[in-house]
Amino acid sequence: MPSFDLFLGPNGWGKPLLSAALMTVALSLSGLAVGALFGAVLAHARIGGGLVLRSLADAVTTILRGVPDLLVIYLFYFGGSGLLSWAGHAAGYDGFIGLPVFLTGTLALGVVSAAYQAEVFRGAFNAIPRGQIEAARAAGMRNVLMFRRILVPQVLRHALPGLGNVWQLILKDSALISVIGLVELLRAAQIGAGSTRQPFLFYSAALVLYLVITSVSGQVFRWAETRSLRPFRRA
Amino acid sequence: MDFAFLQTTLLTLLGGLPLTLELAVSSILLGGGGALMLTLMQASGSLLLSAPARAYVFVFRGTPLLIQLFMIYYGLGQFRPTLQELGLWSFFRDPYWCAVLAMAMNTAAYASEIIRGGLGSVPPGALEAATACGMRPLLRLRRVILPLAIRQALPAYSNELILMVKATSLASIITMMEVTGLASKMIAETYRSIEIFACAGLIYLALTLILTRAVLLLEWRLSTTRKNGTPA
Repeated sequence: MPSFDLFLGPNGWGKPLLSAALMTVALSLSGLAVGALFGAVLAHARIGGGLVLRSLADAVTTILRGVPDLLVIYLFYFGGSGLLSWAGHAAGYDGFIGLPVFLTGTLALGVVSAAYQAEVFRGAFNAIPRGQIEAARAAGMRNVLMFRRILVPQVLRHALPGLGNVWQLILKDSALISVIGLVELLRAAQIGAGSTRQPFLFYSAALVLYLVITSVSGQVFRWAETRSLRPFRRA
Repeated sequence: MDFAFLQTTLLTLLGGLPLTLELAVSSILLGGGGALMLTLMQASGSLLLSAPARAYVFVFRGTPLLIQLFMIYYGLGQFRPTLQELGLWSFFRDPYWCAVLAMAMNTAAYASEIIRGGLGSVPPGALEAATACGMRPLLRLRRVILPLAIRQALPAYSNELILMVKATSLASIITMMEVTGLASKMIAETYRSIEIFACAGLIYLALTLILTRAVLLLEWRLSTTRKNGTPA
């Protein structure tokens, strides 16, 4: 069977595709982490900020949710490289300096998902009864301690279902990073399709790998959700 | 700030707006039809119809739109002789139709889930009451099920519409010169990414803003209470 050798033979395409799938997962994970950071800052501004900070955060959220992700990726890729080249020029190096694509991809995915994550965190924060915060204050907790002991554990629990949705979104968005040349799953399939002239086969393989990643990680999130609700299980 | 450049950029990018709108409208309409079909198949109760529909939704919601687009545009090229024989090649050779097909198939999967959620939110008591009043199935669908389901599904569907408008940007990857295509071409030529991004972003923001307002207005028209007195 020719397609068996094509993927699983000694020089088969199976290994490159699998490592590209790992790259997709790594890229999405770091995008999720960066997005969680930006999202937490945005959520903080929307919950506790003054009028200026709040409207600024609102504006950022509106822009990020209204602009295609592809444009944001182009902005980071060309804008970041432009900025670097300009800095290089000032330092006496003439020439184009490209921003590393993994970094660009991580930043772009983080920024794109930040608006959604901010909404998730805000909703989760609002689900915490106000009395708990008052109680923490009355017990003499400082901000940092209250954040660590009262807010984070509960916000994370309430945010888990929403975060699962954002994760699926990031996973699918990570395919867009292929346009700036990072060899993740889609790009690897493109390369294989180009050199073997069997595009349908290679895109099908990538499609199956994407399905495996999304369904397995979906199961992980569901498991985490049930686990996080364990203390509240009703008889 | 270079206002002359901003102005020419905005004007150039606006030239891509008709194509963006065309892509969005045709894929949303086609996808809506597909979504209805998928919902009916899933609700039919026969495994022969509901299992393929469920598999379709699983595949299209579990994979990126870009790979679906590549699958149709590049992947089907592998079967060129067969497609030529069937007379379908002129359709699959055209990036416009491939983009419309991919986006329509994608949104059909998401929209069918939204419709399913809306239908599921109709209380069984309302159905029983309608039947008890002697309503025929069609009348019941028109007067009871649809009004309740649409109201419930509208906010989620407006999100999907916005995602579709944003998804039209992917057509630029298969050589369509819509707003994002023109923008990326200009960025590659001039390296003035921030100004060009701002102009393109403005166009998309205006589109999504109009769309959200329109849906909010529709929601207000359909709501039974109309507490606020004015549309949001």
